[in-house]
Order: sequence, then C-alpha cells, then structure tokens
Amino acid sequence: MSMSAYYQTRAAHHGVVTSDWLAQSQEAATRAVVTGGQEIVDGGKSGRAFSVIDEFNNWRKQPDLAEAVAAIRALAAVIRNSEAKTMMELEIELKKASDSLKSWDTTSISLTAGCDLFMRYVTRTSALEYEDFNSARSRLIERAEKFGEISYKARKIIAMLSQDFIFDGCTILVHGFSRVVMEVLKMAAQNKKLFRVLCTEGRPDRSGLRLANELAKLDVPVKLLIDSAVAYTMDEVDMVFVGADGVVESGGIINMMGTYQIALVAHSMNKPVYVAAESYKFARLYPLDQKDMGPALRPIDFGVPIPSKVEVETSARDYTPPQYLTLLFTDLGVLTPSVVSDELIQLYL
Amino acid sequence: MDARRVSQVVPKVRQVGFVTHSDPNPPPQASRTQSVPIESNSGTPYDSPDFSPVMIPPPRHHSENLSHLRSAAVAVPESSSRRPMWDDRVAVVGSYNPGNSLLGQPVSPNSSEVNSEASTTLGWFGRNSSGKFSAGSSFPGGGFDLTTVKMENFTQLEGKKPEAVPERGGGAAVEVHNEVSSSTAKAKTTKAERRAMQEAQRAAKAATKGKGGGGGVEVNNRESSSNTLKAKTTKAERRETQEAQRAAKAAGKAQGNKPVAAAGGAGPSNILRQPSQNRDDPAVGSTIAGSDRRGGDRPPERERKKDVPPPRMQFDDQGRVNKSKKRAVFNQPEAKNRVELFRHLPQYEHGSQLTDLESKFLELDSMHPAVYKVGVQYLAGDVTGGNARCIAMLRAFQEVINDYSTPPGKTLVRDLTAKISSYVSFLIECRPLSMSMGNAIRFQKSRIAKLPLTLSETEAKAALCNDIDRFINEKIILADKVIVRHAATKVRDGDVLLTYGSSCVVEMILLYAHELGKQFRVVVVDSRPKHEGQALLRRLLAKGLSCTYTHINAVSYIMHEVTRVFLGASSVLSNGTTYSRVGTACVAMVAHAFRVPVLICCEAYKFHERVQLDSICSNELGDSNDIARVPGRPDVNSMDNRTNEKNLQFLNLMYDATPSEYVSMIITDYGMIPPTSVPVIVREYRREYLLI
Repeated sequence: MSMSAYYQTRAAHHGVVTSDWLAQSQEAATRAVVTGGQEIVDGGKSGRAFSVIDEFNNWRKQPDLAEAVAAIRALAAVIRNSEAKTMMELEIELKKASDSLKSWDTTSISLTAGCDLFMRYVTRTSALEYEDFNSARSRLIERAEKFGEISYKARKIIAMLSQDFIFDGCTILVHGFSRVVMEVLKMAAQNKKLFRVLCTEGRPDRSGLRLANELAKLDVPVKLLIDSAVAYTMDEVDMVFVGADGVVESGGIINMMGTYQIALVAHSMNKPVYVAAESYKFARLYPLDQKDMGPALRPIDFGVPIPSKVEVETSARDYTPPQYLTLLFTDLGVLTPSVVSDELIQLYL
Repeated sequence: MDARRVSQVVPKVRQVGFVTHSDPNPPPQASRTQSVPIESNSGTPYDSPDFSPVMIPPPRHHSENLSHLRSAAVAVPESSSRRPMWDDRVAVVGSYNPGNSLLGQPVSPNSSEVNSEASTTLGWFGRNSSGKFSAGSSFPGGGFDLTTVKMENFTQLEGKKPEAVPERGGGAAVEVHNEVSSSTAKAKTTKAERRAMQEAQRAAKAATKGKGGGGGVEVNNRESSSNTLKAKTTKAERRETQEAQRAAKAAGKAQGNKPVAAAGGAGPSNILRQPSQNRDDPAVGSTIAGSDRRGGDRPPERERKKDVPPPRMQFDDQGRVNKSKKRAVFNQPEAKNRVELFRHLPQYEHGSQLTDLESKFLELDSMHPAVYKVGVQYLAGDVTGGNARCIAMLRAFQEVINDYSTPPGKTLVRDLTAKISSYVSFLIECRPLSMSMGNAIRFQKSRIAKLPLTLSETEAKAALCNDIDRFINEKIILADKVIVRHAATKVRDGDVLLTYGSSCVVEMILLYAHELGKQFRVVVVDSRPKHEGQALLRRLLAKGLSCTYTHINAVSYIMHEVTRVFLGASSVLSNGTTYSRVGTACVAMVAHAFRVPVLICCEAYKFHERVQLDSICSNELGDSNDIARVPGRPDVNSMDNRTNEKNLQFLNLMYDATPSEYVSMIITDYGMIPPTSVPVIVREYRREYLLI
C-alpha cells in the first residue's frame, strides 16, 4: 500500500478527485502566499499562513492520521511557533491559520469541523484572561496538544465502545471504506468474535473492495455485493455499520453516496443502523434535504464513453436524516442522534 | 456561523464532549451527565462513586431526616450520666424539637450507635426506595408517600430503643443490644435489610396503635416473631409498605388530635411505666413519629409547592370562578354554551367588555394608565402577536416603574412586585397571557427581587427600566435579527416558501431573503376568521415579492409545489411541541406528509419548560360570533344570533399544538436546532435569561 495511493483513496472518499484536489490545494496555497505577503507588508513577519499548510501536509503524510487530526496538530504547531506578544494577536493568528486550512479544502466537513472545534476548545477558557501571556500561551499549547491526543485516540475508543454491539454469529453490512469501521471490525476480530461482513462495492471509487481486502487479511468471512444488492441481502443482515464524513446538528450524517438508501432499506426492515464517527466530525451544519449541502463532486468512470447530452450525477455524498439512524458510536460515548445537537449546543453556545 | 456568540464571559464548566481529562485514557462516559438535570449535580448523592447517574437521586432532605431522628430521640428518657456528651450534639442537630425544650433530656447511650446504623440504612433506603419506587414517584403524591414511609421507618428504628429502655434493669438491654448490633450487620445484606424495614414498619404500626412504651416488650416479641416468619415475597413487602403508610397517617392524626397531651405525655417515665395504655393515649412512638412528621415532612412539602407552578385557573371550577369574579376589575359576561371539552377555559361574551371597561376608566384609580391602555388594546385586538403584546406590556411596565414611588412604610421590592402582579391579573382579564409574556413577567419579577438593597429608589428604577430595555433588545429585537440571518441560509433560488397566518419573524425572513436577491415565491396560507394573512400579503406585495394567497382548505393542493414551510410560534414547549396559531398543526402535518421540511421560527425567550401533549388543556377561546358569522354574506348567516342556543356550541380555538415529529428544525437565536434539543436550550439558558 503506497502512501500516495492511500491518500488518493482518502481524497476520493471525501469526494474530491485528485486532479481537482491538487488544483484546489495549489489555489489555496497561492492564496495563502498572498495573505502571507500581506502579512509581511503588515507586520513584517515571515509568511505564517504558508507554514500552516506545510505543517498540515507534513502531518497528513502520516498513515492513519485523519485529516482533521492533522489540521489540529498543525494548528497546535501554529501556537507553538507563534511570535505573538498578546493574546489577541495570537488569537487572530490562529483564526487566520484555521481559515486558510479550511479554505484549503472546503468540501471536507471533518476538516472544517475539526478546525472549528479546535478554536472553540482551545480558546474557550476564562483563566486566560487572568494570566500573563507566557503562561496563558503554554496553557493553550497544553490544551491544543491534549485535544490532538484525544482526537488521535478517538478511533480506539470508538472501537472499544462498539464491541458490545457485535455479537457472535452476527452479519454486518458495511458501506464504503471507513477507517473507524475498519478499526471496529479489526478489534472485534482480535477479540475472537465470530461475525460475517457484507461489503458493498462502493462505486465509483470501489472503496468497498479495499475494505473486503483488508478484512480478508484478518480472516473475517467477507462477501462482496454490488451497491444495488443491498435490499436483496438486507434480510440476512443483523446490523448496518457505516462511517461518516460529517455528523450534522440534527443528528443525521453526511456520508458516501449510498448511505441514505442503505439506511432507508434497513429502516424499513427494522435493522439497526450504527454510525461510527469521531467527535471532531460534529459540524455545525443542518441540511434540510439532500440538496441542502455544499456540493462535493466526483467524476464517475462508467467504462464506456457517455454522450455529452447525457447528464451525470456526480455528487459524492448524501445526507441521512437522524430518524433512520439507531446509534452513533463516538469517542464521547454511544449517543442517540438527538444528543449530537445537545453536545454541539453546549460546545458552541 | 459568524452570528453565533463568539465569546462568553464565564465558560460552561460542565464536563461535556471535548474535555481534557487528567486521566490519559478518558473513560468517555465519565463526562456524560446528560441524563440528569444539571441542578441535581449540586447535590451530594453523585459524590458517592457507586451511585449511577441513571438512578434517580434520593430525596435531598436526608440530613434533615437524620437530624430529626436525633432530636426525636431526645424525647426518650435515659439515665442522666451521658447527658453532657449528647447535649451539645443535640443542640447542633436539633432544628425543631419540642421534646428537647420540654424535657431537656439526654439521649440513650446507644443512640449514637443507632444513629449511625440508621444513617447507613437510611442511605440504603434512600437509594433503594428511590430506585424501587421510581415509577411511583412520577405521580405527584409519590414522593410524599415515600418520604413519609422512610421517616416512619427510621423513627421507629429509634423508637424501638425507648421501648426497650424500661426493661434495661431487667436485663432486656442485652437483647436490645443484640438486635441493634445485628441490625447493623444486617444492613449490609439486602434480604436482611428488607427484614429490618419490616421490623421498623411493624414497630411503627404498633406504636401508632397506642401500645406505647409499655408495650415495648410486646413489640419486641412481635418483632422477633416477625423476624422468623419474614415475608420474602415482594407482595408481602408491598403490603408492609402500605401498612406503614397507613400507620404513618394514623400517627399523624393522633398527633394532630392530642398535641397537648402528647407534649405532656412525653414526660420521662410515666408513660413507660404504664404497662398498657389504651388507644386514645398518645404513645411515645406516635409522639416521635408526629414530631418527626412535623419537623421532617413539612419543609420538603413547602419546597415542592415552590417548585410546582400554581395551577392555572380552571374555569369549570365554579367556586374559584366566583372568587376570582369578586376580585375582577370589570365583570365580563361569560359565554353560555361552551364546548364540553373546553369548559375549563374562560370564554366571555365579546363586545360588551370594551364599553364596560371604558366606562370604568375613572373608577380604576389603582390602575396605571399605561397598563390600562395596553389592556384595552389587548381586549380590542389592536395589539396581537406574541412579540408585540410582550413589548407593549413591558413598555407599560416601564412607565409604571418610572412613575412609581415607594409608599411610606413599604419596600420597593415587595410593593412593586405586588403592583406588577395586580397589573398582570388585570391584563389576564383582558386577554389570557401568552407564554412569552409569562416568561417576560417572570424575568421582570426576578429582576425586582434581585435588586440590591443598597440601591436608592431612583437607581433601582433606572436599573429596572434598563433591564426591560435590554430584555426587549436582546431577547426580541436582536434575536429576531439572528433568526432572520439563520433562516435566510435555508432559502435557495427557485424555492417556494409557504407560510401560515402572519408571523412577524417569518415576514422579516421573507423580506430579508428578498433583499439578498434570492429568487423565490411565497405561498401565504390564511384562515378564517382572523384573516391575518391578508395583512402579511399586502406588506409582501408592497415589497415586490411574488405571492400566492390561499386558504387553509387548499393547503393539501398547494403543498406539492412547496419546498419549505416557515411557521411562527407562540411558544415552543420542552418536548418540542410547538404551540401556535390554530391551523399551524394542520399545515405542518400536511407538509410532513408531503415530505416538505417545516421550519419553526421562534425566539428563545418563548421557550417554555412545560410539556403539553394536546391543545386542550391550555388554550384560548375566541369569540364564538366570529365563526358563526360570515361578513358580507347575509345568505349564509343563518347562524347569526344563535350563539346562545342551548344545543349549539361554537368552538373558536385560538391555538393548537404541533407535535415535534412534524417539525424538521427550530430556528432560534441560539442557532438552528432540532426539536429534540429544546430542553437543552431551556435548561442551559433559563437561568441566564432570568439573570440576563
């Protein structure tokens, strides 16, 4: 498994094709240079916004490190390397850095949410007002590192929490490739649980094939389905396990295209739908319907040339409303969908 | 997102979500306190590690109980040798203790042991009973009974001691000791605990029967026998509990009947010496129980009364109606034919009130003119809509406060509160309060009550006026602006927005989205008899929006082309139910059936912690003539003048309740939330906006 391929898959999973993605990042980088240049004019500092992206890219290269966690680490590095003299300055700097990170990939929900949460978590403390700058800064760094650590460990916690729900002899339907779901299944396999996994193919990037491969390596019985065979096999499924690109305020999830229809089928057959998602994916979004989101497009390879007159739906993800989800496994605990909003309210208000 | 509050002076210390634990591997559940109200965290029960947050916390008056147990034990005579040791402790713990002052008697030597034992069992009882009877406590009386039972038990655990005291010389003390120590041991195992409880209940029963201290031996005997044939079944247990309750009641009655005798009878040994007393004699046990009841039971009851809001006036309660009529400023003739289900709501003959009130203008010298004006406006229907009514009322109160001067010999805090209360009751007579007004009044009163005593009158008045200004600005005007910003993000080009009635927030949203240059169409749905939608339609058309106007009868026809439904609300209740203009529920249901998202726009100050399942128990009845008559259609007005016909009842409801499952989103000044999160807002911000 080469590194670049991994991130290509990941990028595809987030609904951005590589070429688009590179162009976008290049654009953002130039934008960052521009802002950096302005900064030089303004404050005579070396372009810091540029270094955030670099830092982020450095972290991103680590395998198994989620994009949001990389962003969180990069932001922590911003605080560490800051030359700011006052809290206000530092906060502005941090804000700028997080904005440039967010603009780097606007389609990634977890990146945006991770940056927002970092800002909320790190800067939300009253003690800062009473301390001198240096101790306040070190406190910020401390909090930033802790947050990074929590985010990093989130996947393990989720895997541990969800073990109780996987019982011997159960059949699990998974959709696409999600590292959290992979972790959950891996731990279940390590715990000597006997279960069967049905993998959807996960068109167009065929991420389901990858999951099937990985599971086969763990000696878990796997069966591959094409995406349209979900309803056909649903009667033998005991539970549906999906990951999430983002968890929104209503408690619903935004995930790879096809999740919604799987949830609908599962709901109509009274099968539980479990979502595994780290809490840094909780976003302040509230889509009312499928089209009420920022578009994330992804060209689809049909294998044959498509006439130019034919329109192709290239949307990469859909929104699953909370009433079709049973439980969310997060590092905050096992939540019902309605609790997501409660958590977000307490965090942001 | 930018409109959300960026900083907060005091951050929430509550441990939720992204909290750093000192523990490197944070147990995720540790930070979750969701399932219990935040207030209960301040209580001690959660400090104990084994107390799961899922369990219902034991009643908070444990320490009270204990102290009364101790003080109750004072009524028991003992040899004077231990007196000094106990006296100071009693002085510390005894808050209410008639026996103490009367006798000044020390307590038995064992009482400390008993107390400690009782306290351990008490803790157990607290948990057990609250866990076991949790279902029962959901009805109002449940909690009360529980505490009674519990207290009775412990009193009687204590009560056992005095009964055994006279035998002490005879050597029965050993037995008592055994029993006490054994019961301490027993407290650890559940079965034994159950037995202990039974014993206590038996003792309670026996004591109430008036067997008295002299019967102590007998009681003990019975206890031992009961020990042997302990009823293990839950049924028996339940019966015991019932019996204990009955016994407690009886004890209370006995105490009430003969308070003097009880006090007299508490004299040291004469009761105890009497081998048998008949039923009428006040028994030591009952004295203890009684005093305990008096001491231990009342405060929680009073507290509970404070917690429970005063019941709304039920207009089918003839006595109360008559009473309130005597107090009323002007008399309103009541409508005669009210619909059976809605008899508890006030309904008056409309038309005559206004002239009646106007004629009374000069007589109402106690009424401030500003309040009078607002009242008349409510009555005449000149001021309608939750926000408008609330602002009008608050402005009137502002004038009242400005013109107010404290009468000699009174304090501003009390007198002004009373005055405002009287004005409020006048306004209620004019038209029942909306929930938003109720919240505003609550805010106003809490501000008055929280005024620092050091303020001079002018300062206090200025502070109160300032508070009202801030309430209007922050909770209504600014809140509306925030809601408009949020809602505008949900309007896309090509949308068809449907609204019902006339909500000022929705109107602002539509105008703002239009200003932003979004291309959309509006469907205004209206209904008889108020036709509020027409005014909205006129204003929208004046701004150049393209509109469709229809009546609610056609809502199912028009709904298929609608993409969003925006609705206002009079109030949003804790369970997510929206309380709004009648017809809203119908529109929301149709929209839900067509899978059109329903967005409720409501300021957070209109949120209420009440839970309501239907629109019957709290509502407002309008003028029955309004629906009986169709203006401009004399041919269909056969119903005219028949509003008082005996077998014809008109129902003109003003509000209805929309269940939360028909609502996709509530847009409030705290952001866009699902209806399930209303209690969170209420819980987190109730305190804040009382303090503002």
